[in-house]
Amino acid sequence: MNHIEHESIPKLMKGNEALAESAIRAGMQGYFGYPITPQSEILEYLTEQVPKRSKAVVLQAESEVASINMIYGAAGAGARVMTSSSSPGISLMQEGISYIACSELPCLLVNVQRGGPGLGTIQPSQGDYFQATKGGGHGDYRIVVLAPSSVQEMADFVFDGFRLAEEYRIPAMILADGALGQMMEKVHLPKEGSLPYHDHPWATTGKPVTRERNFITSLHMEPEKMEEINLHLQDKYRRLKKEERFELINTKDADIILVAFGLTARICSKAMNLANEKGLKVGVIRPITLFPFPYETIAKHATLNRIFLAVEMNAGQMVEDVRIGVNGRAPVYFRGRMGGMIPTPEDILLEVEALAEKHNLIHQSTVR
Amino acid sequence: METNAMIDGMECVYAKPHTLTEQPTHYCPGCGHGVVHKALMEVIDELGIGENTVGVAPVGCSVFAYMYMNVDMQEAAHGRASAVATGIRRVLPDRYVFSYQGDGDLAAIGTGETIHTVNRGENILMVFINNGIYGMTGGQMAPTSLAGMITSTTPYGRDTALIGYPLKITELLAQLPGAYYVARHSVHTPNAVRKLKKAFRASFQFQKEKKGTCFIEVVSNCPSGWKMTPLEANEWMEKNMFPYYPIGDIKVPQGMK
Repeated sequence: MNHIEHESIPKLMKGNEALAESAIRAGMQGYFGYPITPQSEILEYLTEQVPKRSKAVVLQAESEVASINMIYGAAGAGARVMTSSSSPGISLMQEGISYIACSELPCLLVNVQRGGPGLGTIQPSQGDYFQATKGGGHGDYRIVVLAPSSVQEMADFVFDGFRLAEEYRIPAMILADGALGQMMEKVHLPKEGSLPYHDHPWATTGKPVTRERNFITSLHMEPEKMEEINLHLQDKYRRLKKEERFELINTKDADIILVAFGLTARICSKAMNLANEKGLKVGVIRPITLFPFPYETIAKHATLNRIFLAVEMNAGQMVEDVRIGVNGRAPVYFRGRMGGMIPTPEDILLEVEALAEKHNLIHQSTVR
Repeated sequence: METNAMIDGMECVYAKPHTLTEQPTHYCPGCGHGVVHKALMEVIDELGIGENTVGVAPVGCSVFAYMYMNVDMQEAAHGRASAVATGIRRVLPDRYVFSYQGDGDLAAIGTGETIHTVNRGENILMVFINNGIYGMTGGQMAPTSLAGMITSTTPYGRDTALIGYPLKITELLAQLPGAYYVARHSVHTPNAVRKLKKAFRASFQFQKEKKGTCFIEVVSNCPSGWKMTPLEANEWMEKNMFPYYPIGDIKVPQGMK
């Protein structure tokens, strides 16, 4: 990922507000959104700050369906645009995201997840992992998915998200959760104006006589042409592999590897410390890009006598990708809470201890 | 073949507007879409605003409008053309933006976007083709299908007690403060086309002055969907559609001639 220039003096900010502030600093030119808890601070912050500081458009739409289609229009007109919502609202946007993905328009989507299914709860969740990483809407497409685990990353990933979206002409999503959106933390904000704009020769800005008309569409009636578009998209998704990001903590000598993203990865780090204090060799792999998913990193760690424990705030979604990476070379376990419940470090420690006993790792580690 | 090549060596008394492509349209014989496309593009040509215009095509028979209109265009999801147009116009406030939608797109699946776009007074021109039927999908009932009208999903005629009344969305939209200029036209005679062009011309002027939304309905036909010859379709339209959807201005700015 590119280096982001930060302010030297930190601020204490809510995740949602840090993200919104970062969007202004990233030169966002349009925001279209609809209120939904737990992310409404993003729209509130932008409607308050933008008129004082920027020429950007901030529009409260009549629905998430309208929001995502305004994003389509504005992105197609070449503007740097963003929308944000929470799980049920993101579900409503899926049709539009599919169109945007096929039309290859850059935009930034923010999902501050809440517990589901249905109307669910307003408490944090990671229940939209499948929806975010496997396509979400109809047809074969993917979007870039970045999973922040701190308020700092809520701010930073706005820059990374816009950069990736524009470089690859793809929607990028920040997949956060209600806790990250609502909690306050120290943040070094990215510096304003440090994200350059690029020309978009494909944008519909009005056709000068010097060029052919630009049109933005995802409609191709001939199956040969539509397959060609699909092959092109799949090629782009393969090229994205070089943007994989992950964090490794104490994985080198670990007997038990916790795999977790976002908020859950922080909780796992704490659980890891508690386990290490008890003499258990535990490490953490934190996928940061959920698409592209760091399968090879998981694979490299899947060696003899190691066990994996995926921890998520859902019924077991990312664990399926962990299993693909491990590919049968090590046991993979799962621990999750659902419906807005957050696992505690102690919960995870109990699970780790039980697994250590089952696999005779307590004995091994004390012998060593 | 280039249209101009055909008239080589002869006096050109009538030319295709530059804002139409050479692509032959896929519209059925007698369909009004092609006439409305041409009227709209001729006005854009005459006003010399083609370079500053972005259009939005819908889902429906005019889904390929961007193949025929030689300006920058976006193809919207079903019903969302006015939201897409909003996005374009908001980030390009000095451009002319129009949306072009049929009755199913604008007045059924896209009703929410339609009402709120007009209610915000978005500075766009919304062109609404009302032929009382879903042409593209094979002649199903539209929100504007007349009472008793036979379609492929109302084989015994539209029963208003069962499925409601034909929606006069244009009259409904005229109630909104954001609607600046609202009119209903047709394209079944040369004179009707001239009047429609005048309405388009006024709409672009109002858009330039950022007056609010201009909404132009065109009551049109669907010979294929109605299962009539083009001539029968036009006669049926005059006899049945015009009484329910009367042609004329619905909301006109003060002082407009």
